[in-house]
Amino acid sequence: MYNSIVMVKQVPDTANISGKVMKDDGTVNRAKLPAIFNHEDKVALELALQIKEKYGGKVTAITMGPPRASEILRDCLYMGADEVYLISDRKFAGADTLATSFVLSEAIKKIGDYHFVFAGRQAIDGDTAQVGPQTAEKLKIPQITYTEEIKEVNTQKVIARKKIDGGYEVVECKLPVLLTVLKDIVEPRPFSSKRVMAFKNAKSLMDLEKLTEENSLLYIDDLVHEYEERGLLIKTLTMDDLELDPKRCGIKGSPTKVYKVESVVLAGSSQTKVEPTKAAMGELVDQLMTDHIFG
Amino acid sequence: MKFINEVWVFIEQHDGKPADVSFELLCKGRKLVKEMKGTLKAIVIGADAEDIAKQTFTYGADEAILIEHPSLKHYQTLPYSSILNELVNSKVPRIVLFGATVIGRDLAPRVASNTKSGLTADCTDLQISDVKYLKQDYLKLLLQIRPAFGGNIIATIITPDVPIQMATVREGVMELQPIENPKTGKITRINYKPDSVNDLVKIVEQHREDNKVNLKASPIIVAGGYGLGTKENFKLIEELAHTIGGEVAGSRAAVDAGFISPDRQVGQTGVTVRPKLYIAVGISGAIQHRAGMQESQKIIAINSDPEAPIFDVAHYGIVGDATEVIPTFIDVYKHKLK
Repeated sequence: MYNSIVMVKQVPDTANISGKVMKDDGTVNRAKLPAIFNHEDKVALELALQIKEKYGGKVTAITMGPPRASEILRDCLYMGADEVYLISDRKFAGADTLATSFVLSEAIKKIGDYHFVFAGRQAIDGDTAQVGPQTAEKLKIPQITYTEEIKEVNTQKVIARKKIDGGYEVVECKLPVLLTVLKDIVEPRPFSSKRVMAFKNAKSLMDLEKLTEENSLLYIDDLVHEYEERGLLIKTLTMDDLELDPKRCGIKGSPTKVYKVESVVLAGSSQTKVEPTKAAMGELVDQLMTDHIFG
Repeated sequence: MKFINEVWVFIEQHDGKPADVSFELLCKGRKLVKEMKGTLKAIVIGADAEDIAKQTFTYGADEAILIEHPSLKHYQTLPYSSILNELVNSKVPRIVLFGATVIGRDLAPRVASNTKSGLTADCTDLQISDVKYLKQDYLKLLLQIRPAFGGNIIATIITPDVPIQMATVREGVMELQPIENPKTGKITRINYKPDSVNDLVKIVEQHREDNKVNLKASPIIVAGGYGLGTKENFKLIEELAHTIGGEVAGSRAAVDAGFISPDRQVGQTGVTVRPKLYIAVGISGAIQHRAGMQESQKIIAINSDPEAPIFDVAHYGIVGDATEVIPTFIDVYKHKLK
């Protein structure tokens, strides 16, 4: 039996930025960006589910983010996660990777009883690949980054293959361990339609609070109780639940600050236009020969 | 606050061979310490690494801190990070730089986490500057510059309120400029006793080949992008490169689409190149890609979209379908150089 905690993240779909997303002043309008489940984290969840199927145990998915991030926790339930946690608090806003890893590591300590912590190698909104190792350091556990394959899990240790520059390495590591995984190593399973039916109404505390704001006939305590009874409450951990020092959370706990943001201004085009004809390209080749680039 | 004006560069090595990116960072570090009036130190960890420590002086290190032990032959997260954690916590350098390699990206976040330092990944430029931030003046901060948010913006990150500023940089971003008559610096040896914690992880097998692809050294590079549409079309890139004697490269989108292997990716998260000639085919030219090639001496862009941003950094622009333009170009070239 091996228990896994999977760190997942909802990210803006930076690969598909359309005109509407850019404001007139050249800054990004985050609200207009479609939010998606970071793919590598889905791969991490799949690996955790495979370990559970093979050896037994429990899979818990956690995410730190705004209330809207409960969307991907529902996806985790649809795929097969046993339990999910939304780690959310206004005071977590503006966190850099250090503050994020602090909150995540404290949440993992609180959930406890784990053999594996999984995460994608990196999230597409920053590509930093930092939160995994930073969390492992705070948990004082070893890490296997750039994991390509889990070969074996046996009596309290894992044998895994990981990418290194110019090749690969097979490592044997005692548990607990944190692994970050590469994107193509397994195909995340599709949602189970049975689980979609069962969990499509799963809601976090913040989701329920929103419902009460929209309808004065609803009382939050009743709602929470009802959703809990039905197994549809997405557990929420706030700063107070985790008893965290506010100085180490969110923007306050972040040593790195964004000092300046510039929209990308393209220098006016000074290029020579070359028609796609034989004659024009011949001139171009001549020019490059004169410049001693060709020939 | 009084700071220790030191810039440290972690020197990565494989089987006694130092990584290029580490020496590139020393060259940048040299410029940074000049502005900070500080000292540049190379941190060398390995089994038999004195030779590497000596080489660091050629790239501008004032001092090499050398930690040698047979158990440190191969990089491993726990021993390497515990050595650096202890060193950084005790000496509090102002800046620590790592190559954004698999090793650097495994190690730097652990050290930053332990020492509560700021860490910025994949910087495309580093500068020293006085900064006014939230009405406070900060002297000689490290500006950590990187494209962000899908390349739509360039962000300058600072670490104003903690003493240690860390950054990772990809290979090729900083230029390798050895010193002609380097002075011999000091080698400071630090003793290391293995800890039982290190036994948690064992390397049971390792396969490594030195990167055969050396895009940085190639005077001509032909790069293809997602715009080529298919792997089949991507072969045209190879054909063109072969004809004119260049190396093949690709944008991140081309790598993601499986057109080309990741070790040939040019851009912020790939390699930065400065060839004599760079031909970009079917590459729209997001800032991350441009960051890796815009210092090329001559750039030819071929794209069917006349509005593609790649044309703004190109010296020659050809608007057209690559499947028609490239064969014509090859024809013309062969004819001219016959």
